[in-house]
Amino acid sequence: MITLTDIILEMRNITKTFPGVKALANVNLQVKEGEIHALMGENGAGKSTLMKVLSGVYPHGSYEGDILFKGQTCEFKNIRHSENLGIVIIHQELALIPQLSIAENIFLGNEQAKGGIINWNDTIVRTRELLGTVGLSESPSTLAGTIGVGKQQLVEIAKALSKKVKLLILDEPTAALNEEDSENLLNLMLAFKRQGITSIMISHKLNEIMKVADSITIIRDGNTIETLNVKQDSITEDRIIKGMVGRDLTHRYPDREAHIGDILFKVEDWNVYHPTQADRKVIDNVGFQVKRGEVVGIAGLMGSGRTELAMSIFGQSYGKRISGRLFKDGREVKLNDIGTAIDEGIAYVTEDRKEYGLILMDDIKRNTTLASLGKISKWFVVDDNREVVEAEGFRAKLNIKTPSIHQKTGNLSGGNQQKVVLSKWIFAGPDLLILDEPTRGIDVGAKYEIYTIINQLAAQGKGILMISSELPELLGMCDRIYVMNEGRFTGEVPKTEANQEVLMKYMTKGRR
Amino acid sequence: MDTAIKLFRSNIRQYGMFIALILIMLLFQFLSDGNLLKPLNITNLILQNSYILILAIGMLLVIITGHIDLSVGSVAAFVGAVSAIMMVNQDMPFPVAMVLSLFIGAAVGAWQGFWVAYVRIPSFIVTLAGMLLFRGLTMLVLDGKSVAPFPDGFRAISTGFLPDIPGEWNIHLLTVLLGAVMSIVYIFMEWRGRLIQQRYKFEVIPVPFFMAQLAALVIVINLFTYVLASYKGLPNILIMLFILVAVYTFVMRKTVMGRHIYALGGNEKAARLSGVKTKKMTFWVFVNMGVLAALAGLVFAARLNAATPKAGVNFELDAIAAVFIGGASATGGVGTVIGAIVGGLVMGVMNNGMSLIGLGIDYQQGIKGLVLLLAVAFDLYNKNKSA
Repeated sequence: MITLTDIILEMRNITKTFPGVKALANVNLQVKEGEIHALMGENGAGKSTLMKVLSGVYPHGSYEGDILFKGQTCEFKNIRHSENLGIVIIHQELALIPQLSIAENIFLGNEQAKGGIINWNDTIVRTRELLGTVGLSESPSTLAGTIGVGKQQLVEIAKALSKKVKLLILDEPTAALNEEDSENLLNLMLAFKRQGITSIMISHKLNEIMKVADSITIIRDGNTIETLNVKQDSITEDRIIKGMVGRDLTHRYPDREAHIGDILFKVEDWNVYHPTQADRKVIDNVGFQVKRGEVVGIAGLMGSGRTELAMSIFGQSYGKRISGRLFKDGREVKLNDIGTAIDEGIAYVTEDRKEYGLILMDDIKRNTTLASLGKISKWFVVDDNREVVEAEGFRAKLNIKTPSIHQKTGNLSGGNQQKVVLSKWIFAGPDLLILDEPTRGIDVGAKYEIYTIINQLAAQGKGILMISSELPELLGMCDRIYVMNEGRFTGEVPKTEANQEVLMKYMTKGRR
Repeated sequence: MDTAIKLFRSNIRQYGMFIALILIMLLFQFLSDGNLLKPLNITNLILQNSYILILAIGMLLVIITGHIDLSVGSVAAFVGAVSAIMMVNQDMPFPVAMVLSLFIGAAVGAWQGFWVAYVRIPSFIVTLAGMLLFRGLTMLVLDGKSVAPFPDGFRAISTGFLPDIPGEWNIHLLTVLLGAVMSIVYIFMEWRGRLIQQRYKFEVIPVPFFMAQLAALVIVINLFTYVLASYKGLPNILIMLFILVAVYTFVMRKTVMGRHIYALGGNEKAARLSGVKTKKMTFWVFVNMGVLAALAGLVFAARLNAATPKAGVNFELDAIAAVFIGGASATGGVGTVIGAIVGGLVMGVMNNGMSLIGLGIDYQQGIKGLVLLLAVAFDLYNKNKSA
């Protein structure tokens, strides 16, 4: 029986709104003392937001609802505040400073010092103890950047332990780890459980959850759906998937009648290695094809290699030792640099439009024409007037909401920025458009408009390759979906057979 | 009136530096009892600052791409030294020596561009090394001594004037005529641009303002040529500067290459993924800087009529200051050729004006430093207000 004293953490009716988006709506979470509690849901469901509320990244006052830790109401002002109570979060992206030693990293911000002078002997001794607990045999003075990702993760955990952790939060701890390191980490979590440390674990990997978790809370679209007790309720993977997906799909996607033509683009035996870690294979023997007029999806979790695949094809803009063959309209092409790729009619709409897609300090018209200045130039001299005409055309066609095309793109909303990026690539006149997360961070109305644009492009006989983390989006838009996991294609599903359960199964299919 | 205010507001960043330059000129005109704008002094001002302005053009491109070049003073000195060896010691004809010198400048630029663009060493470090390296080479080439004098033909690029139409005139007639011709060309170009914009049915500025703008520039051009004509006419170096400014303004504003340079400075990753050859472009920007540094070195040597081991010290700082006063952004992607020239003139007028009123070198340095700081602060303030 659950009694009140068993509950270490309770989050009640947490609501968090960002400008224009309700990220969390009355979310409830109860975590029992000494258990491993899994938090599951699709990308963007609100898991990370909830954990940021808990750890004080979003301070008290920026959300509604109550947090009770050990029966006490908490109003965290910052991370330091929650850490003092023993709530420690380890983020998805590792936060170690590669140029500092393991010991320096562990005690960063929490230095073993008296009067501002660091006691290095104490630091080293305590680091050895902590490393022992997490089963690392590295020297405390080793630089954090020189050890592997798996070991870095363990250093992060040692760092958490140094703060006298009561509640450990792990955000996708095994996302970047290989099989063996993942196994170690999971065993460590079980060991901590025996020592009485409570853990909350965010993960997409069903087999891991099944192995270690005691309870599972499922979040979908910012709402708590259910909390399952793994031991009592005899939970299966299918049961969890059903809780994570399952939503109304009608009329969120414009209708389209597909007219699918000949094979436009074909990839064979595509292999790519990591640009700095020479022996790490990022893309493993991938092959696929896109036909004219077809919208093809690539499903996969973050880190599965989707973006790396797209960029390595697009003029080898990612990776080393790239091998494999590319065919366009049946003719083999070599896309050795981005200029050639554009000339061959390939366009790549990047995932991160601010970092990789736009020149934020430049205006709409300059961004629109950047990839195809040749089209508005004579003898390499740009015709400013034609540029204005073209940019105005796209503003009208794509319904970019802005007072003027002389507006800096940095001042536009996410949806309008994405339309400018799309304008740029449509203006380049490609045959194949690779769209990487084309609707991320965009409101529902703009999403629908972007889907409509995608459908129009397909209707013109272009091929569309759409990468997305949102399964409903892929199911609503694509004629065929490839599923990717750990750099390989684990499945190919035609529209008629596709549903979220099937995709999720392929996406979480490990290397065994 | 509303339109006038609106036009002014939307262009304040563009006009801001012109206004600053005019205010500084008026200030020193007043303080120096009218000596600043005398024909002789205006001519001197141009001759004194020509090499900094040449450097500022190259530096502008470097800064737009998000880099910096600290070596230009040393490179200028080095090329000046090599040219002196060729012309003075080897008796090489000066046109041949000049062309060779420019090629040496290009080679120096290629050397630095290689390290910056392909090895990706920060330009600050590469050019700091270059600053030391080429200063050392200068001393080596000159053996620590000055080499002089240069042939007269070579000296004429810095000290000569455009010859006048034969005959007896009490003013330099050709200069006045050139001013008039330039005014006509300018009016024609503006008018033609306006017609084309109207054909595209774009909004154009109302006729009275258009006329006022034309009139203002025509008056400035002719007043300037008139002042020069009442001394010795157009200096050769001014003609060269004019051509450089015209060519680089055109390249940066109108050509695909110019667009790619701005894009590269604005967001290198996005530019690369849009097909801009970012490495190659960075490399050529440094080659260009090398050539212009060589040209500045030649101009300076010709003006001094000697190549000295200490030539060009602190030139890089003046050129960098000129570019930033002219509105370029330290993070790259922003800046204009005209801006850099105006920035260089602000520095030049201040140097000249402060010398005219007999201010000590100690005060001069300090005041210049403050002007640089305030100019950039003002620019940043405007940028934040408009965003």
